[in-house]
Formats: sequence, C-alpha cells, structure tokens
Amino acid sequence: MTRYSIDPITRLEGHGKIEIFTNDDGEVENVYFQVPELRGFEKFVEGRPVEEVPQIVTKICGVCPGCHHMASGKAVDAVFGVEPTNTAKMIRELFYMAHFVHSHIAHFYALGAPDFVVGPGAPKAERNVLGVINKVGVEIGTEVLKQRRIAQEIQALIGGHQTHVVMNVPGGVRKGIKEDERLDIVAKSKGFVEFAKFSMKIFNDVVLANKDYVDIIVNGPYSLKIHSMGLVDANNKVNFYDGKVRVVDTTGKELLTYKPNEYLENIAERVEPWSYLKFPYLKKVGWKGFVEGQDSGVYHATPLSRLNASDGMATPVAQEEYERMYSVLGGKPVNNTLAMHWARLVELIYAAEHCLELAENKEITGTDLRNKMYQTPKEGVGIVEAQRGTLTHHYQTDDRGLVTKANLIVGTTNNHAPISMSIKKAAQGIIKKGVKVDDGILNMVEMAFRAYDPCFSCATHSLPGKMPMILNIRKADGDIIQTIKRD
Amino acid sequence: MEEVNNNPAAPSAKAWKPKILAIFCNWCTYTASDLAGVSRLKYPATTRVLRVMCSGRIDPQFILTAFSEGADAILIGGCHPGDCHYATGNYKCLRRFHLLQKYMKQMNIEPERLRLEWISASEGKRLAEVVGEMSETIQNLGPNKVKQQVSHIEK
Amino acid sequence: MAEEHKPKLKMAVYWGAACGGCCVSVLDVHETLLTVIQHADLVFWPIALDTKYSDVDAMEDKSIDITLFNGAVRNSENEHMAHVLRAKSKLLIAYGSCAHMGGIPGLANFFSKEEILKRAFDETPSTENPDKVRPQLEYNVPEGTLTLPKFYEDVYTLNQIVDVDYFIPGCPPQTERLVEVFLAIVNGTELPPKGSVIGVAEHAQCEECKRIRSDNRSINRFYRPWEIEDDGVSCFIDQGVICLGPATISGCGVRCVKGNAPCRGCYGPMSDVVDMGAKILSTMATMINSEDENEIIKVIDKIDDPAGLFYRFSLPASKIRRKIQ
Repeated sequence: MTRYSIDPITRLEGHGKIEIFTNDDGEVENVYFQVPELRGFEKFVEGRPVEEVPQIVTKICGVCPGCHHMASGKAVDAVFGVEPTNTAKMIRELFYMAHFVHSHIAHFYALGAPDFVVGPGAPKAERNVLGVINKVGVEIGTEVLKQRRIAQEIQALIGGHQTHVVMNVPGGVRKGIKEDERLDIVAKSKGFVEFAKFSMKIFNDVVLANKDYVDIIVNGPYSLKIHSMGLVDANNKVNFYDGKVRVVDTTGKELLTYKPNEYLENIAERVEPWSYLKFPYLKKVGWKGFVEGQDSGVYHATPLSRLNASDGMATPVAQEEYERMYSVLGGKPVNNTLAMHWARLVELIYAAEHCLELAENKEITGTDLRNKMYQTPKEGVGIVEAQRGTLTHHYQTDDRGLVTKANLIVGTTNNHAPISMSIKKAAQGIIKKGVKVDDGILNMVEMAFRAYDPCFSCATHSLPGKMPMILNIRKADGDIIQTIKRD
Repeated sequence: MEEVNNNPAAPSAKAWKPKILAIFCNWCTYTASDLAGVSRLKYPATTRVLRVMCSGRIDPQFILTAFSEGADAILIGGCHPGDCHYATGNYKCLRRFHLLQKYMKQMNIEPERLRLEWISASEGKRLAEVVGEMSETIQNLGPNKVKQQVSHIEK
Repeated sequence: MAEEHKPKLKMAVYWGAACGGCCVSVLDVHETLLTVIQHADLVFWPIALDTKYSDVDAMEDKSIDITLFNGAVRNSENEHMAHVLRAKSKLLIAYGSCAHMGGIPGLANFFSKEEILKRAFDETPSTENPDKVRPQLEYNVPEGTLTLPKFYEDVYTLNQIVDVDYFIPGCPPQTERLVEVFLAIVNGTELPPKGSVIGVAEHAQCEECKRIRSDNRSINRFYRPWEIEDDGVSCFIDQGVICLGPATISGCGVRCVKGNAPCRGCYGPMSDVVDMGAKILSTMATMINSEDENEIIKVIDKIDDPAGLFYRFSLPASKIRRKIQ
C-alpha cells in the first residue's frame, strides 16, 4: 500500500487534507478527505444576546461573511417574530447581490480559470491567475481587480464594515441608502452586468471552444449522480436571499421542498471518526453510505445544484445562458462536477442583473429601515444560499433574547460527502497503474474539490498594465526556478 | 488555634490558609486597620494589605490580576457612602464592584471571593470582625482555582 | 522606479483557527499589490499558493523574513505550525484579532472542550449519531491509520504559545495599516521595540468617531441596540447602548460605527492595558448615574452578557482567560 498525502489542500478557504491509498498495482484503493478544524460556533454563541449573533457568525468565514450575516439576520428576525420592512429587504438583497458578484468574479478568475485556461496538468508555477492573464491579457486582469474592488466598496457602503458586515438588526437594517448613493450603485451595477457577460464570453472562447477541455468537463472522472439542492422563489427561479428549499432528484424531478422551519424534518448530519466536519444527508431518503444514486441520501448544494433544482433564472440574460448551458450539456439535471464553473458564471450574470434591478428601484432609498413590532424572542430559522451552498442558521433564546441553543448547517458542509466522493472518483480515474503520481496528477485530484468551493485564491499580483511586474517562483531553498515577467 | 485543612486538594505538608488581598482606602479602612493593630485586636493573618488613596482608585484590572496570580479572595475597604474623602470615589467603586460580581458569576468564580465593605476610620473592631468572617468563608470555599487553570498551557 | 537591487523579502501568511478574513485583508491591498510584490516573494500561503507543509519543513531556519500568522491556536496542528513558523521566520507577526487576543473563536473559552464536542457531535437537533461517534486523533481504516489534530481544552493567543515579534490587531486589520507597516519594513524604517502593537494610532476610537458626545457622561439605563431608535448622530453611550470605543485603540477608521453599529473592540486595548474587558467594564460601571446600591444593581441588571460583550475579541488574552471549571 502506498500513501499520498495532500496536506494541506490549497487554493481554498479552510483547512483540509486528502489521503490517497494505492495498492501494489498502482490502483486507488481508497481516498479520505479529512477536515481537521473545528471552532465550536454552535456552542459559544450560547449566552450571547441574539442580535449580536449576526456579527459574531460573520467570523465563521472571511470570504463569505455576508452570507452568514444574512442567514443569521433572517433567523434573528424570526426569533423576534418580525419580517423586515420592504426597504430593508431591498437593501439587504442589494448588498447580497454585490457580495455574490465580488465572490463569483474572484472565484472564476483566480480559482477556477487556472485549471481550465492554463490547463489542469500545467506546472504549478502557471496554475494561478498570472497564467490566466498570460492567456487572456493584462487588461482583463486589471478589470477583474477593479470590478472586485467596486463590489466590495458597495458592500462597505451598505454593510458598514467592508468584510465583517454589521448591517442587520432585528426587523431590518441600520443604515439607509441615499439617492446619490443609489445612482452611483446603478452606474456600477451596469458595469457588473457587462463584466459578467464578458466573463461568460471568456469561458466560451477559452474553455468551450477547446475540445479537450469540453471533454474533461463532460467525460472526465468528475461526475456524481446525486440529488440537487437550492433555494427557489415562488416561481421556482433561483434566488439567493429568500424562498423555499427545493431538492430535485437524479432524474431532475422535484423530490421535496421545505420552508426554513421545516429543515429538521429534511436534513440530518452524520459523524465519521476521521473528520471534524459532519456529513449532511436527506433524512427522508436515508444514509446509504458514500454512494451515488437515486436511493442515496447524499445531495449537493452548489451553483450547479441550484440551477438543477430550479426552473430557470429570474433575469433575462441569465435565463438565456441557463438555457444554453443545459442545451449544450444535454438537458437537466447536469451531473458533471466541473460544470459548476459554468453554472457559477450564469449565477454571476443573474447577481449582476438583479443588483441593477434593485438599485434602479427608487423605493430602495426609503427611510423605514426597521420593523419594530417585536414579539417576545423565542426561536427562529434563517436560510439563504451562500456562494457555496444552502446555509441554515437556527437559534433558540430565552425571554430576554439570550441564545440558549444554536444549530448551523453551513454551505460547504452540505457538500462534505459529495466532495469526498468526487475526490475519490477523480483519484481512481486519474491514478492508475503506470501513472507517475506527481504534483500535476495530485492537482487534478484537487480539481475535484475546487469546483465546489468558490473560495479565494486570488491575485498576488495586480496588473495596471503600465508598470513592469516580476513574479519569482522559488524553491523551498530559495533558488528561483522560474521568473515570469510582464512589461 | 488549630489549623483545619478543609480542602483535600491543598498540599498535605502544610494546612492551606487563604491568601486575601485587602485593598483599603487610606482615609477610612486603612486607618481602621491601624486602629485594630494598636488596639491589639486579634484577627486571622490571612490578609495582604494594599493601601490606596481612595476605593475609587481601584481599577478592576487589579482585581483580575490578583485572582490570576493566586489571590484566593479580595476584600475592598472604603469609606461609608457620603463620607468619601474625595466626595464620590466610593460610589464609583460600588458600581464597579457590582458589575465585577456579574462578570465573576459568568466566569464561575464564587461571589464570596470579592467583598466590599464600608469601614470608617474608627471601626477597628468591625474590621477585625470582617476579616475573621471572610477568612472562615474562604477557608470553607477552598483555594481559588483561577491561577492553576489560567497558567496551564496545553501541549 | 529603478532601485539598486535589494533582495526581496520572503513573506509567508498562515492561518490557525481562522476565518480567512485576514487573508482577504492582505489581498485587499488592491493597486498597492504592485508595490508589495516588487519587494516581497510569497513563499507559503495556503489560501493562494500550492506550497505544502512538507515544503515548509524543508525551509531553512530564519529563511522567511516576515510571517503573518493569523488565527488563534485551537488545536495541536495550529500549535505545531506556530512553532515551525517561529523557527523558520525572522519576524513572526501576530496578525489580526485571533492571533493577537484570541478573537471570536476565543469565546469558546466560556465552555469546556467536552461541552463543545458534545454540542457539535451529539446534541444539535440535526445530528444523527446513535453510536456516539466522535472524531478520533488516530483511527484505523483498512488501508492505514488516519490522524486528526487534538482539539485543545482552551483557545490560546499566538504569544501564549511562541515568542511573537509584533502584533497587528483588527478583525481583520484595516488594509491601509498593513501597507504602512509593510512599507516601513521595506524602507528600513526603525521598528518600535519588539513586542509592540503596530498598525495603530495611540488614541481611543472616540477621538476619531464623528458622533457627538454630550457633556453629561452618565447613564441612567442600559439598552440593547434594538430597544432604541438610534438617531445616527449621538454617541451610542449617550443613548444608553454599550459601545467599546472608549477602551479600544484606533486604526480601523471607526468602520463599524460608520455603519451605525456600536464598536465591539476588535482592535484591542490602549497601550499598557493588561485586561481590555476590565477597562470597558470600569468605564460603563463608573458612568452609572446613581449612588444608591439598589438602583445600581437594577441598572446593572440590564447589562446582558457583560463577559461576552466586554471580552468579545479578547477573552483568551485576558487575565481570567477562560471560565473556571
């Protein structure tokens, strides 16, 4: 038995390691994906005033803090028995769309694109945003950073703190939007829409026009036939902020739906002794092991599953792209893991279009920011779509509104089982007798993981285009093995 | 007087006795403790006295530092309400004392380990009584676990 | 911008029990990134680069010029990497609230390890664990033995585990402060004494806050933030809402208060303060507008969760750094 350890996994947020065991024939016997971290948020929010929790749970993740803030804010609304005012809801959703724009842009260009644009087996030194820029041009790189920065500025304007947002209060938000700010956001949102469409164009030109890449997406060892989960609105269109949770099965048929306070009837979490992270599964279907198929309770909650679980997108350009994707990939549901990158771009377009819609609505400058018809605080559940999947926050409090119990099912947690299975499948498909297991091969195994997690692997370099830039890649002993220059 | 070891966790070689940090204001309680001394009033030798000009000088950091460094209990002595040499210092101490008590409760430190008493300059006898009472109470409670727990670093 | 060739600084960014926000703050240098990469090579940064632990082990001692260590020390892997990076780095900087003071993960020090594991793996209503399985430090599978790091009883700050050269506070540190520090190092400016907190301005948040403070600095009643209608203009404390600004050092640009939220102290205490929570406790208590003990007790009764509020980011760094068991 030979053992390959990928420790730590890299180009994502969080700690993890992958252990690959191969037998004497060089075939993969088993693969374990272990999460070695745990901090205990579900326990240490106990005793805290519940209205403080939305600002505590942003610290679960510094890449998607807005997601936790939203799910938490909605749970706190429910604890106090109030719905936010119309203005507050619009403001929250506007923030949230900017949050999705910034995150999806960063993920596609810095995390997803390298493995495609440069090539999955390319040398380590090129598998980053610089390699992407070499291919697509420095002007685009500048634009990526600029759009990301603009989206973050909108977040800071609306949300208070730039990263760990502070905007939510029970029943609403702390700060309104002034008319001049609204107009500014309209102008910026138009930029988002253009850039989102442009990003899709890059995907078309660089990925879809390349037969080898299409082959990897469609025929590579990166597909799982499992159920798909996502939040949908009343018309079954994808919605990140609100709606009901919908799960479609491996044939694309609706399997179940549930409202936030019904989540316990539908989701259960399993514990394994080799990971600190739990494994959610569909309760009504049951846990049958780390297996695919209609009868397995394993499901995924990802950009791709959201598109699978919906009947379409609520904005026109996104809808066109949704239809095109499914037409190219052969109908719904799509099981190809790497198609998550494509789905993410469809979502980027929707987030940008919806951002513009919300900003163009003058009602967003309203002054009724908070619904104060509070009931005695008791219990509440809030669900949103994080960029990485369906996010559930559930709190119980005493009469003074101090948390007595909390339960969280976090975006990536939904995908713990599918990720494990994807990694194993990829390893088995790629590592075979006679294959030399080197860095490139191991990276192809990691690719199975990266498709799920729109995390940050961003530019360590910025590209204004006018100044020269040098990237030195050093070995561990300090010697430069490669220099990439940009004039 | 026979020393009684009430705490099985204490070193068996020597019976454990409480270490009480006594922070006394100069004008009232410290003078009272002088009076107790010259009057040869007996009280347990458990206190380590720290003199401040006013109980209002007491920074909660003193209290927490003392606990973390091994004080089993802390006795604060100040002037009676209305008699503070600086007019309002003892009221500030009173407010901080109560909020400290609430904090200690959350940290699972017994409230008896922090005591506030108004003892005027002429009340030497009262001082001796208070120290006697408090020593017995803390003797029964046992050593403060704070120092041991906060100085332990896991490996 | 031609300069005589200076060897580039080797820089590492690593995370303990962290959220990634500090890594994001490093990336938020935006345009200044160009200046940064002219002067520094990043050699280890799991969020962004593919350097693995084995590559770090192979580095020579003191071969990394600056390591920004963010995140608290929660388990044996965090502790191990703290020791490894201390050995490999010339300057080890505790970056962000968690490394500096324990941060939000430090709130776990209100509970025991068993209470936390029990909640996560047994009690939460969605968990189905009839066999009471718990993650194991070593677990045998047919193919070999799998290991996980040990979850410690307490959360620690970085300097409780290793010698730290400097602290850059904040959750996360405001990026402009990081750039100032970085450029100071690059330009060879003499740094403050070892062990200093850098990237801060030596005054409390109140000095930079634009809200208006009244002259009457006393409190009749404490309110939870949602119990009042914030006028957006007056100091929170004047409105009866606890704000940690008076006890918090500056550097963030009063960002939360600009978002109409009271400060929660992520930037840490003023210099020479040994226990941050004790200072804000003292301030709030002293301001209570009463000389009557029963009234005082009633007013204090309205302060919910004083320990969790006053020590929101700093519990592991405080004098009584965990709930006594």
